[in-house]
Amino acid sequence: MKRLIAGLPFIAAVIFGGFFLWGLNPERDPNEIPSVLISQPAPAFDLDPVPGLETPGLARSDLVGNERPVVVNVFASWCVPCRAEHAVLTRFVEREGMRLFGINYKDKPEDAVKWLKDLGNPYERIGSDLSGRTGIEWGLSGVPETFIVDGDGTVLFRYVGPVVGPDAVERFTQALKQAGALPNGAAS
Amino acid sequence: MVPEIGHFALALALALALVQSVLPIAGASRGNTVWMKSAQATALGQVLFVSIAFAALMQAFIVSDFTVRNVVENSHSLKPMLYKVAGTWGSHEGSLLLWILILAVFGAGVAWFGSNIPAETKARTLSVQAWISVGFLTFLLLTSNPFDRVFPPPLDGNDLNPLLQDMGLAMHPPLLYFGYVGFSIVFSFAVAALLEGRVDPAWARWVRPWTLAAWVSLTAGIALGSWWAYYELGWGGWWFWDPVENVSFMPWLLGTALLHSAIVTEKRDAFKSWTILLAILTFSLSLLGTFIVRSGLLTSVHAFAVDPERGLYILGLLAVSIGGSLALYAWRAPEMEPGGLFRPISREAGLLVNNLILAAATGTVLFGTLYPLILEAVTGDKISVGPPFFNAAFIPMMLALVVFMGLGPFLSWKRADIAGLLDRIRFVAVLAVIAASAAWYLLNGGPIMAYLAILGAAWLLFATLREWALRIRLFEVSLAESARRARNLPRASHGMTLAHAGVAVLMMGMIGSTGWKSEEIVFAAPGTEVTIAGFDITFEGAAKVQGPNYIADRGTLVVRRDGELVTTLFPERRYYPVAESQTTESAIRSTLAGDLYTSIATPASDQVNNAGAWTLRILYEPLVNLIWIGSILLVIGGCLSLSDRRLRVGAPRRAKQPASDAVPAE
Repeated sequence: MKRLIAGLPFIAAVIFGGFFLWGLNPERDPNEIPSVLISQPAPAFDLDPVPGLETPGLARSDLVGNERPVVVNVFASWCVPCRAEHAVLTRFVEREGMRLFGINYKDKPEDAVKWLKDLGNPYERIGSDLSGRTGIEWGLSGVPETFIVDGDGTVLFRYVGPVVGPDAVERFTQALKQAGALPNGAAS
Repeated sequence: MVPEIGHFALALALALALVQSVLPIAGASRGNTVWMKSAQATALGQVLFVSIAFAALMQAFIVSDFTVRNVVENSHSLKPMLYKVAGTWGSHEGSLLLWILILAVFGAGVAWFGSNIPAETKARTLSVQAWISVGFLTFLLLTSNPFDRVFPPPLDGNDLNPLLQDMGLAMHPPLLYFGYVGFSIVFSFAVAALLEGRVDPAWARWVRPWTLAAWVSLTAGIALGSWWAYYELGWGGWWFWDPVENVSFMPWLLGTALLHSAIVTEKRDAFKSWTILLAILTFSLSLLGTFIVRSGLLTSVHAFAVDPERGLYILGLLAVSIGGSLALYAWRAPEMEPGGLFRPISREAGLLVNNLILAAATGTVLFGTLYPLILEAVTGDKISVGPPFFNAAFIPMMLALVVFMGLGPFLSWKRADIAGLLDRIRFVAVLAVIAASAAWYLLNGGPIMAYLAILGAAWLLFATLREWALRIRLFEVSLAESARRARNLPRASHGMTLAHAGVAVLMMGMIGSTGWKSEEIVFAAPGTEVTIAGFDITFEGAAKVQGPNYIADRGTLVVRRDGELVTTLFPERRYYPVAESQTTESAIRSTLAGDLYTSIATPASDQVNNAGAWTLRILYEPLVNLIWIGSILLVIGGCLSLSDRRLRVGAPRRAKQPASDAVPAE
């Protein structure tokens, strides 16, 4: 028994060593973190509207049964990149006919209202996630994040970080087209 | 010419290390005194030659010798001299050379100062130390030679990363390495003891100064790194649970456990195999840190030149050193006899709890750090583990630790008197509860966990002071008598008081700056006003300024409180043309009550850059300076303990084996 206990550290070290050896594979890029949500049903949630805003709240039922896939964007007024992304998303909504829903993440209602008043409100519905609970359900790694959800409520695409800059916009446009989230003929 | 001398010196150091790894240990098993004594000379010779190599590299940096590849990649002729010197250890190769230098310094330290250590133990220890030296010297010479030449030499260098042009960097790696690598000698002592098959109080006493020295430097190194991230990197935080931070923190946690368990081995001849295991594991975690930082195994904000081939080599080193020592442990540890018995309530038991919690905390950090790798290997899923996991798992453990930390020093060895104990701490507990309630009443709000932490910190502080007051019988006898008693107390005892109080102060800083931090991120045009934590801040605009090797956008922020001018802050966004990179220079108004921290960033996109608008980040972090003050207390406490008389005067000798050299170590 004593021998067994004394041998435990060695066994643990060997196991760890095996993992390290595996991890050294040069093909591996530890920075790439894909979403576990892709091809999974979107999580269930039901969020109240942002107080002081006329836009209605957001629940999972709003995302399903739509004719075309829709876009869910997680944003906050305290998030600086969101400000830059806001202009891009607004353009997609106005010019391409993308349908956009928002989750206002851990944001003071009055700040969010002021933010949307200053910049304009491209969102059809906005749920206020004050506690950040829904953010956890969606597996957020930060704000902003953008998801494409199809009519069955399945998550098709996830974009971490702001959709800003030519590369990001290109990737996002491709994803929208593949998902069929844009009305026909509207593609530019 | 000078770089070749450096290269040659490294080869000579390797040759000496090879001799030292065989001869003394063979001498110890055959009883050949001359062979054993040879370690003395080879250990000092190693330091000499590695120092020559290090000086040669430093010289190449100082004169900007752009025929050396390492200098080209990490320096620039326009760089301030201080940072040219610091560039010596700024790169992978240079820092590894520093690693080896410190390894050699600790080996030579034992050879030089360890005259109270029996010849066999010393010979074995130095041989083990030389094994590590051989491993790292071959690694340096075979895969990362710092003296590689480049032809044709370029006209100028590629600069050191401007983020690293800071005093913090100049001092941070040397201190951190001193701590990291310092545990190598403790490891060598442990392996030598396993080979000898014997551990006793004398062994624990020889090991103690080295453990303490390593621990003190590691503490200072981690605190400095944290301070650096906070002030220089503009991250607005002092700890991020980043893998690279974690790998420096794990040896610290386990090293702290080792310091305490070695006390039990020293005083009570107990916890022997546990102390040995801790000594092995602490250095193993240091090695693991080196491996993770240099192999690109995990994702991290800290970047080093990453090369899988090097990673493979270090993994090989790890396999031999950690695997070998743990196998040796599995083989020899069960034969060690357990020592001194103790009751469930005693100082031994208190220190046992301390060790269990610290080990569990280390395990938690290790698990959280490696979990993404393990999960990816097993299921293919990629995730990242962030602060929420560590905060949820780690903080409660630390709170439990703090409770025992306050209690421990009151306990006596073997068997503590429970009634007397309760009598002495009742007052402290009441005081801590009063302090936490007062905080609750005054602050009115904030996370509940923060109040528990305040309770813990107050308890620890009062208990530590109370224990100290009891020792010198403060207010029971005359002040002069108390002062006399304080002078007569061993310095290690004062060291403990100071270090434990330091932890309480540190906690206060952490609680204040996490629980009551206020933060504003605004998109500001000139004239914008921001109010935060009672300060009214006006953004006056930003202007371009020219620095020695950078161009900066400097913002001007006027800070007022109740209409009165407090200060003017100038945060900068610097652009380094040679390195083509940018850094944030935050401007901070620092007082004991808290830091007003401002930084400026370029707008997120050009579309919104109208009317000279800038993104301002303004934070108020209450009490954050207590973190640095607490760390300084920890370091001073460690140094005091290190200067204790009993570590300087000859340690008790083993009865059966008279030491060959009877002169005290001073």
